[in-house]
Amino acid sequence: MAQSTTRKKPVAAMIFMGIVSVALYTTLLLKQDEVNSVFGKGGLYAFLPIVTAFVFSYFHGAFTGHFWTVVGVEAAKQKKEVK
Amino acid sequence: MQDIMSNFIALDTITILYLFGVGFVGGLVSGFIGSGGAFVLTPGMMSLGVPGLVAVASNMCHKFPKALVGAVKRAKYGQVDIKLGIVLGVSAEAGVLYGAHIQEKIKAAFGDAGSNLYVSVAFVVILATVGGFVLRDAWKSYREGTSNDEEKAGKLAKWVQSINIPGTMVYFKSINARVSVLFTIPLGFATGMLAATIAVGGFIGVPAMIYVLGAPSLMASATELVIAFVMGLGGSFKYALSGLVDIRLAMIILAGSLFGIQLGAIGTTYVKPFMIKVVMGAIMVIVLFSRGLMVPVYLAQLGLIDAMTDSTVKLLKTTSFAIMIFALLLGAFIVLRAMWQGKQAEKLQQAAGALEHGKV
Repeated sequence: MAQSTTRKKPVAAMIFMGIVSVALYTTLLLKQDEVNSVFGKGGLYAFLPIVTAFVFSYFHGAFTGHFWTVVGVEAAKQKKEVK
Repeated sequence: MQDIMSNFIALDTITILYLFGVGFVGGLVSGFIGSGGAFVLTPGMMSLGVPGLVAVASNMCHKFPKALVGAVKRAKYGQVDIKLGIVLGVSAEAGVLYGAHIQEKIKAAFGDAGSNLYVSVAFVVILATVGGFVLRDAWKSYREGTSNDEEKAGKLAKWVQSINIPGTMVYFKSINARVSVLFTIPLGFATGMLAATIAVGGFIGVPAMIYVLGAPSLMASATELVIAFVMGLGGSFKYALSGLVDIRLAMIILAGSLFGIQLGAIGTTYVKPFMIKVVMGAIMVIVLFSRGLMVPVYLAQLGLIDAMTDSTVKLLKTTSFAIMIFALLLGAFIVLRAMWQGKQAEKLQQAAGALEHGKV
């Protein structure tokens, strides 16, 4: 794996995903009463928490991934042979 | 649905930070060993006043997106066997449903104390046998100086791989052999049953993949994330149908755990595979003591032994929870330390390599 050690850090992507992530969390907490009353209904509304979890994990997952790369915590350069 | 809102507690900054912190440590351990964290998160949420079922449901709803992110990350390192994860995950789903059914029956027959006793005894028996075995195996390879060697399938795994039952054989890349699904189905089922009982199916799933099927530790722990995703998704939907998921709690824990799971996954690229066994075994054995402390409390509640004073019960409960937190923190400490050492070793190696090539 010829990976350059001077590879550009994904700062812009981290900032973008971070802003989206913060916006999602702010909305969830500001509108928590409305969210709880709808999500708590059950039945067909069961799709809402599942979809929410996927959306949050996409944006926040990308943000946290970029975050560790930007602060310099990355996987070992020489990959371990796992087989 | 009498009062929906009674299921949802009020959130303050301290609660949010607490959930974020526990989520981070739980995620770190999960990213490394494939599971963990749930055994602290569920009682942790209940201690904040969250009803038991809502705590279980919300924990599950943070688990599946976390496992997804972790599995994607570890797949990039070539550690995930998706086929094995899905095959085990589907049978684990059945195990979850059956495990939950047994729980309901026990609760109906013996009440909360009976149900708690069942969970604690399951914890103690399984963690003592499986956890003891995993830790002993890790210790053995450390003492024999074989911790650097490539992992080999044990006797049981070799036997399982040698059995050919026509029409049931499937090739799994992690094992690099064909194995009958008649072996994988009961393993997945047991993983699911354990997940429904003590919330951490990985304590059976990962050792089963290593010792029964012959998968390397790194691949077993990474593949467990796929199983956790499949189980968690199905379980969350089941609870969400009854409106039991507190999405705020689930997403706050997820916020911390996604930082942790990325770090734990990165950590696996720096350590020797036997470290997976060390962390898993250590956590299992410590948690065993934590749950063991609670057995007399439930026995007393059921009237099987003399009643205990309130202060004794409180002391045992607090000590038990503190030991669980210690188990998780110790796991996180071992992961971070192993990662740090691995990173330092890599730096030294790079410096030596540069010297050799006359770059410095």
